[in-house]
Amino acid sequence: MTAVAPAAFQQANIDYLAVLPLLIVFGAALVGVLVEAFVPRERRHTIQLTISVASLVLAFVAILFATKHQGLTFGYTDGATSRRLFALAIDGPALFMQGALVLMGVLGILIMAERFGGVGSDAFTASGASTPGSPIEAASARAGLITSEVFPLTLFAIGGMMLFPTVNDLIGMFIALEVLSLPLYILSGLARRRRLLSQEASLKYFLLGAFSSAFFLFGTALLYGYAGSVYFGDLSKAVSDTSLGLNGLLVAGAFLVFVGLLFKVGAVPFHAWTPDVYQGAPTPVTGFMAACTKAAAFGAILRLAYVGLDTASWQWQNAVIIVAVLTMIVGAVLSVTQTDMKRLLAYSSIAHAGFVLVGVLAFDQRGVSSVLFYVVAYGFSIIAAFGLVTLVRQDGGEATHLSQWAGLGKSHPVIAGTMAFLMLAFAGIPLTSGFVAKFAVFAAAIGTGGATGTVLVVIGAVCSAITVFVYARVIVLMFFSEPADDTVEVLVPSVGTTFAIAIGTLITFALGVVPSSLLDLADRASQFVR
Amino acid sequence: MSAPYVPVLFMLALGFGFAALSVFTSLVVGPKRYNRAKLEAYECGIQPTPQAAGGGRVPIKYYLTAMLFIVFDIESVFLYPFAVAFNKLGLFALVEMVLFILTVFVAYAYVWRRGGLDWD
Repeated sequence: MTAVAPAAFQQANIDYLAVLPLLIVFGAALVGVLVEAFVPRERRHTIQLTISVASLVLAFVAILFATKHQGLTFGYTDGATSRRLFALAIDGPALFMQGALVLMGVLGILIMAERFGGVGSDAFTASGASTPGSPIEAASARAGLITSEVFPLTLFAIGGMMLFPTVNDLIGMFIALEVLSLPLYILSGLARRRRLLSQEASLKYFLLGAFSSAFFLFGTALLYGYAGSVYFGDLSKAVSDTSLGLNGLLVAGAFLVFVGLLFKVGAVPFHAWTPDVYQGAPTPVTGFMAACTKAAAFGAILRLAYVGLDTASWQWQNAVIIVAVLTMIVGAVLSVTQTDMKRLLAYSSIAHAGFVLVGVLAFDQRGVSSVLFYVVAYGFSIIAAFGLVTLVRQDGGEATHLSQWAGLGKSHPVIAGTMAFLMLAFAGIPLTSGFVAKFAVFAAAIGTGGATGTVLVVIGAVCSAITVFVYARVIVLMFFSEPADDTVEVLVPSVGTTFAIAIGTLITFALGVVPSSLLDLADRASQFVR
Repeated sequence: MSAPYVPVLFMLALGFGFAALSVFTSLVVGPKRYNRAKLEAYECGIQPTPQAAGGGRVPIKYYLTAMLFIVFDIESVFLYPFAVAFNKLGLFALVEMVLFILTVFVAYAYVWRRGGLDWD
């Protein structure tokens, strides 16, 4: 295939209503940057919070309108070859993910904005560039400096995440990957307390993330060499056209691109960053990452697996099956040995990524809808769980060691009870969203996965059983053991954090009791446009 | 056939063999007399110190300037082709370009207002 220069400039068709949610979020992020530049320091926090939440709510409304404008957009149909060169695919899975990301983003931002009576957000340092423990740091805290940049950064990240499952070509996917990753690298390094750990986490995340982006880009180059195009439609067509016969490029390219995406969901063996970053990052950011990054990355994996490389699935599915098995086993087994709450939840999120991958491997519409349901169910639970972690304190800092949670059920029954309920949801106990979500992915895998699917589900069930032990141990620790010391206190959250935790928990409960409406929605939204 | 490459393999083996032999021979027969100067880094950079001047902090002023340069560099990368094809592209591209420049200026305004352009 030789590249032919286009005869004349062809203007892209853009359906502005279909991309309005993205425009709103990115526009609000830009306004946020201007607020940082021109608004007096003491009013920034409130204004930024208002802009962020308002724009996300607006974006959600725009998503509802965009459902009437589904289809390919941001491109044109080539007259000579009738190839459809569109950069964005506004379809069911994309809009479902966007809606979920926006709503989970609101909860994440509300928890990030928690001040506990201070000047700025409690979780974030006054000046991120100062050396930990230096006079500059102390002076900037005294001067009332705040890092309200976290709000525009989060909005940029959410915008990138919304773009991630929506893009219809590999280059667009790479850009979305970078737009969502770069703000997260910065956000991870901005913790107010234990700053060295936070900066270490940020650097690790950045270096490994840059590495995985390079893998993705190299895979993109190889796939372009194979198909002569970066568009998923062309890629799929090139694979089914067997006369090409450059399988070496295809297999290597597909693997490398998958490495880049599987890194973002924290699948084994690309998970090494997850526990360190989840532990080091400010806890509200960890919750936001665990819910939203995972959802967005699975949306992108779905599109790549079902639209771009669907016809080549026999080339790469065995590798992803191995990754799924490893992810479930390593996540479940290593979570047993954890003594830190944030690391425990990190390993649990690795195990959950494995369960979702089982749904991805089902290769049919039910697989798509079960994955969509799973990431929403898990996302709302994990945001609420990390929200609770921010409340349990000792000496002002977060008490994340498990021994510090001992006996919390007696002193603070509501907090401990909510955490216990969320733990049951992670374990997949009936009457929680976790059960319905696991049932959905496992049913999809058994339904169409054949023998492999059944083996995957058996391994998944065993790993679930292992993780039940982990969560049960935390619950027993909270309710049936004596407190190690009574200097552990629980802060009273503001309205925003309370709202976020309550909504997260309520949705966890509601999706466990009456899951049918969201299951139906996920089912109706599971058709990809090509 | 791979026959034409066999000499290359021989050459490789010969090279490795010679290197290994030389190191080994000098290890066995060479005299070993150490002194302080011999143990120092020789033409391999300076002696490392435990702490850089000023507590290990490196001034990042130049880094900000460099980053701003790249921002405007990328802007001109897009402006040049736009300027060449301006007539063909029409109003749509003009609006897009203005929006693009505005976006870049938001970043510029942030750097300016937050003191990124003050050298001291």
